[in-house]
Amino acid sequence: MPEAAASAALAEQFDDPVQQYQAASLGMWAFLVTEVMFFGGMFTGYAYYRAAYSAVFGAASNHLDVLLGTVNTAVLLTSSLTMALAVWSAQMGRKRALTIFLILTMILGLCFLSIKFTEYAQKYAEGLIPGHGFLYDGPEPHKAQLFFSFYFAMTGTHAIHMVIGEALLAVLLIQTRWNHFSAAYYTPVDIVGLYWHFVDIIWIFLFPLLYLVSRHTAG
Amino acid sequence: MLHHAPASRVTYVIIYVMLIALTAATTGIAFLDLGKFNAVLAIMIAVMKATLVALFFMHLRESLRLTWVMTSVGLVWLAILIVTTVADLLTRGWLGVPGS
Repeated sequence: MPEAAASAALAEQFDDPVQQYQAASLGMWAFLVTEVMFFGGMFTGYAYYRAAYSAVFGAASNHLDVLLGTVNTAVLLTSSLTMALAVWSAQMGRKRALTIFLILTMILGLCFLSIKFTEYAQKYAEGLIPGHGFLYDGPEPHKAQLFFSFYFAMTGTHAIHMVIGEALLAVLLIQTRWNHFSAAYYTPVDIVGLYWHFVDIIWIFLFPLLYLVSRHTAG
Repeated sequence: MLHHAPASRVTYVIIYVMLIALTAATTGIAFLDLGKFNAVLAIMIAVMKATLVALFFMHLRESLRLTWVMTSVGLVWLAILIVTTVADLLTRGWLGVPGS
């Protein structure tokens, strides 16, 4: 019985399951706002140096693989769709559909990380990792090195968030298997969904800013 | 239904198709030389995509007003961070440095 399941999960400080859900949801949004500020620092630094060294950053940006970047954007957007459908399945109490959509989301997340790893391997082979082995052949390599520092810091932090998301999805999958969720209680699925979509939004900004902005100058 | 009325699956698929179309548009536009408008359009499309994800996939549309306040305040602080920092860079040469 859904009411029994919901009240069993009700902590004593809340009046009812709806209030408990709203508190959890608001708490997650508060966390995501701190994440906006966390990534915001890097976005600000990037915007600053992009404005200061626009020509060098533009030339360095054209060393990124725009095809892999576009494919990865599509992969991540698709994983957001499957995550939204996973939350929908949980709301409907459809355990089998929830399991399938969680697994699909995990697979798409792993596809994203694999493509990202491929790109990192290419950059390593081309000598574009900042440090002693930096072999950039364009003008002003010390400024280009700064671009690649931003690129690896921002996409790397994003990738770590993806790995954490994968772990959270794995936990949800186990909890689904143990019948933790019902149409009356699926807050963890909803909360992890918020996190997953947020990580998608970060990539929505990283992709054009890192890969696209100076593409028209590539000639 | 306990939390909020579930959106229909059709809505999610429509939003997804729009997101993919905007991704194709932003990549295509990037190869045209529009001068300063390349950056402006890229950021505008990214904002549109992020808004679609937040409103529909993250259910912000049906969220508490308090959640709206929380997200708006976050964006205001982000704007202060970026606008003041970049404004400093862009206007630094306007008044020379005394003594140099």
